[in-house]
Order: sequence, then C-alpha cells, then structure tokens
Amino acid sequence: MDLTTAVGTYVKDGCHLSLGGFTINRNPMAAVYEIIRQKVKNIHLYAHSNGQGVDELIGGSCVSHLEIAYGGNGKFASTCIRFRKAVEENLIQVEDYTNYQMTLRFLAGAMGIPFLPCRSSLGTDIINKWGFSDEMRKKSDKLPNEKLTVMDNPFSGWLDTEKVVLVPAIQPDVTIVHVQKADPRGNCRIQGLTFADAEQAKAAKHLIVTCEELCDNDQLKTDSDQNQIPFIHVDAVVHVPHGAYPTACYHHYDYDPQYLKAYGQKATDDTAHGAYLEEMIYGCPTHDDLIAKAGPEHMAAIAADPQTGYARNLDRK
Amino acid sequence: MEYTLKEMMAITAAREIKNEDIVFCGTGISMLAAMAAKNINAPESVIFFETGAIDSKLEEIPLAVGDPRVMYHTSANGGLLDSFATMQNAITGKHVVGILGAAQVDKFGNLNSTVIGDYNSPKIRFSGSGGGCDVASFVPRSIIFMQHEKRKFVNKLDYLTSPGYLDGPDGRKNAGLIPGGPEMVITNMGVMRFDDTTKEMYLAACYPGITPQEILEKMEFSVDISRADEATPPTQEELTLLREKCDHQRLILG
Repeated sequence: MDLTTAVGTYVKDGCHLSLGGFTINRNPMAAVYEIIRQKVKNIHLYAHSNGQGVDELIGGSCVSHLEIAYGGNGKFASTCIRFRKAVEENLIQVEDYTNYQMTLRFLAGAMGIPFLPCRSSLGTDIINKWGFSDEMRKKSDKLPNEKLTVMDNPFSGWLDTEKVVLVPAIQPDVTIVHVQKADPRGNCRIQGLTFADAEQAKAAKHLIVTCEELCDNDQLKTDSDQNQIPFIHVDAVVHVPHGAYPTACYHHYDYDPQYLKAYGQKATDDTAHGAYLEEMIYGCPTHDDLIAKAGPEHMAAIAADPQTGYARNLDRK
Repeated sequence: MEYTLKEMMAITAAREIKNEDIVFCGTGISMLAAMAAKNINAPESVIFFETGAIDSKLEEIPLAVGDPRVMYHTSANGGLLDSFATMQNAITGKHVVGILGAAQVDKFGNLNSTVIGDYNSPKIRFSGSGGGCDVASFVPRSIIFMQHEKRKFVNKLDYLTSPGYLDGPDGRKNAGLIPGGPEMVITNMGVMRFDDTTKEMYLAACYPGITPQEILEKMEFSVDISRADEATPPTQEELTLLREKCDHQRLILG
C-alpha cells in the first residue's frame, strides 16, 4: 500500500490517533505530512512526548483535542511552538497526564483492560484539573467518564502503598509508527529505544507502519527476538525511506538540526508558518520530494555513523 | 577564575551526585550536570533517561532525552515502561536522583511546568509534566534548577505539576506518596535547601558577589537567610573537565 492510500483509508476526520516516536526521534513524519496534505480535521490526538509530529499536526490545523504529557521538543523548543499558540488561542482542547500515565494507558488498551494503577501524581493538579468536561465525556463513546481516579490500595498496605492512581485505557482508532525494518506482512523490528511504540501499536484498532527497509518475509523471522510488533497487529505497511525525517532514526540518520531550527523560527509567526506549509508540505507531494529538496549532500551530513548510530560531529548549533 | 553562571550551576549540582547514584536527567543543564558528575566526581554514577536508556556512553551531549546519542553503548535500551518502573520500584527507585526544572516553584518545592493562568484557558502554556511528575512522585531525592525571578518563586503555583513536599512535613504521606522530596534548588544566584522539620525552603548559599538581600528581592515569598554561606566556585579542574569532556561543542554552555 502507498502512503496516500494508507492515510486516506484509516485517518479520517474526527478519528482518535496516536503517533509513535519521542520528541526528535522516530516520529512518523512522512505520515504526519501526508495527513496535513490530505487536510484531515478534528483529530483527537494521544501523545506522551511526541514533539515534532504533534506540533506539525497542530500547525497543519488537523487537531481539535489532545491528551498529552509533554508538548516540548528538547533543546529545539522548550514548549512546542504551534502547540503553545493553539492552546493559548483556545484552538485546541488539552488534557494533561504524565509520561508514565500515558504509557500505562496505551498498555491497558493493548491488554484489553479498562485501567492500570500507578503511584504517580498523587496530590497534584494532574489529578485535580481536567481538560475535558463531564458533558463532553458523556457525549463521546470514545472517552471514559473520568480523567483518572484515586483509590485506596485494596491489598491494604501491601508493598507499602496506601493509595494508587487509576488511569483509563486508550484504544486509538489508528496508531502510526515508523520503524527501521518491516516485512510486507507487517512484522516490525525497531533498533534502539522503543519508547512506547509497541504499546501504542497494540492498543490501536488500526495500525499503519512506515519503514526504512522493507525486508523479505523470511528475513525478520530470523533473530525474531529482536522484533517488537508481530504482523497480526498491522493493517498497512508502507516503505518510506527517511520516513522519520526531519526527526532521527537510530542507525539510519540523525535529526536535522537545521530543519528543526528553521521550523522553530517559522512556527513563531503565522505568515512564515503559512509559507512553510506551502513550501515544505503542500509543495512536496511525496516525502521523496521533501528529501530531494534537502539534497543528497545534506542527507549525507546527517547519515548515521555505523558504530554509534548517530551522525558524529554533526553541526548542531 | 573566569566561569559562567551556567558552569557554576552545573558544577554545584554535579557535586551532589555520588558514585552509587542513578541520575535521571532531562534536557539541557540537567544533562550537563549528570555528565559533569560522571566525568569529575562520581565516575561510577549511572546516567538514566526516561526514554528507557540506561548507562549511556555520552560522547556528545544529547539535545533531548529522545536524542539517538542516549542510545549508544547502553546497558539496556528499553522503553518508557522500563524506565518509570525502575523509579516506581522501591528497590531500584531509592538509588535514583531526579534532576528537574520548572517555570514556577513554591516554598515547599512543588513545581509548575504546565500553565500560567487558568488551566482551561491559560495565559501561557508550557510543555507539561513529561516524566517530571513521575520522577518527583517516585524517587527519594531530587535537585531542581531554576532561574531566580520573582514570577518563578511564587506564593501559589498556577498549576501543581510535580510534587515537592505538597503542603508541608506530612504532605507527601497524606497524599499517599513515598517519603523524600526535593533536596535543593540551584539557581543563577545561589542554592536553596529545605528545612528538615518544616520542609520549607531556606537560603543555603549565595554565589560569590551575591547578597542574601538580592536573592530575597527575586522571590515572592520570604525564606530564612540565617544559614546562608558563600558557595564554592568551580575549580580549574572541574571547569576543564566540564568544558572539554561534557560539552566541547558548547551546545548547552553557550
């Protein structure tokens, strides 16, 4: 399946979507740009700390609701710029959790149970302040009736624990992840940190996988202890080299500091950001066009060193 | 000796880290402090990221906790479930020192990194908790980095993102959190610590050339200044290692 078809088939107006990756790493950017090009609207987005992908989807006017732990992008944006603007201008509704809570919520979804407990956020406004009203929760069959809830440990005092916080499961309509290797059936192999990709993948009703390398069906069945997602979860596999660009893909390429910095500057101004959308997203019908725009020399500069998995001595100023 | 405030802050934090510590770090000066400790005074300490990387060999400074540089030469590359379980698990969690930052702090070391103004219609939106609230909930010790400004040291937080001592000595216990809490706040002017009995912040040290009065002027609430002495500036050796081994590209040091 090609990316246009995969996104067109599964990512619909108003759908509940989650993206893999973390801040400047392995965000499924080719898919994000395709969603923006297809002008999908009113997405209810779930994220732990998916910096660049989340910010660009918000900037592309695709998002109406967001459940998130961290809307930042490391040194490139202490707060993601279009995210901040959209919240301050009341263009999107946000509900805050912690990274662990978001991860547990995906795991609960993957396990098919309504909630999981943790010991995080007791006594804080993560518990006290809700982004979505009771009324909104009642109206939607895709949202639980409460943000989260605190419960006394039913195993009285076991493991020195008096109270736990229960966080509700997430079952997104669609999850999109970008991986280093996949085969045509959908078996996936991620190198380096997996973040919460496997939990997000397995929680979703539909899963789109984009991959750097499309392997023969037999290849990933060798050393399959290195695979995280078996094909039974997968609805679409799309071969997209550089599909995480401008974020990094361990052992393939680094993040592109120039692109991310330039994006940060353009994102602060509506006119400049509009011009960015026209030039870099609408102006590039496919991800290959964006990579061609960056140019082979530039892509060579961010290519990963085989030993370390990142681009050594890359100019990151 | 010439040094910047950033260098002073990083070294001050690094000196608190011991060989047996597992150091949870975020982006920026927090990472620099962890790397400084590893290269200067605590070579056996373990650098640890919420993304799931443990004991990374940092040949270049990462620009985010998701930077591929954190994945190189690790003891394990896992995911978020692994990293937070390591902290929530009391056996390993007790060795973890968190390094955190925020937009606002109150006298009990509670942090706001979410909004200024009303939560549902904020004047200013920040990144949010990330793993910050998890770390502050789970681990017994943490170090907080702040800029000393009146709007940042406030009587009441606009939003309580990460728990310090909550409302006082029994705050954490009443809420159901493990004991512990922030150990110190390192700023661009000095070092604040927390009183053993009241859990209220007090001024522990001023950087050379800074008076307690100047620090009080940069805070909305008042603190005890009677215990303040002068902070020890970084040594030449510390500075050399910080500059050459931790951030030779000066990406964080500037």
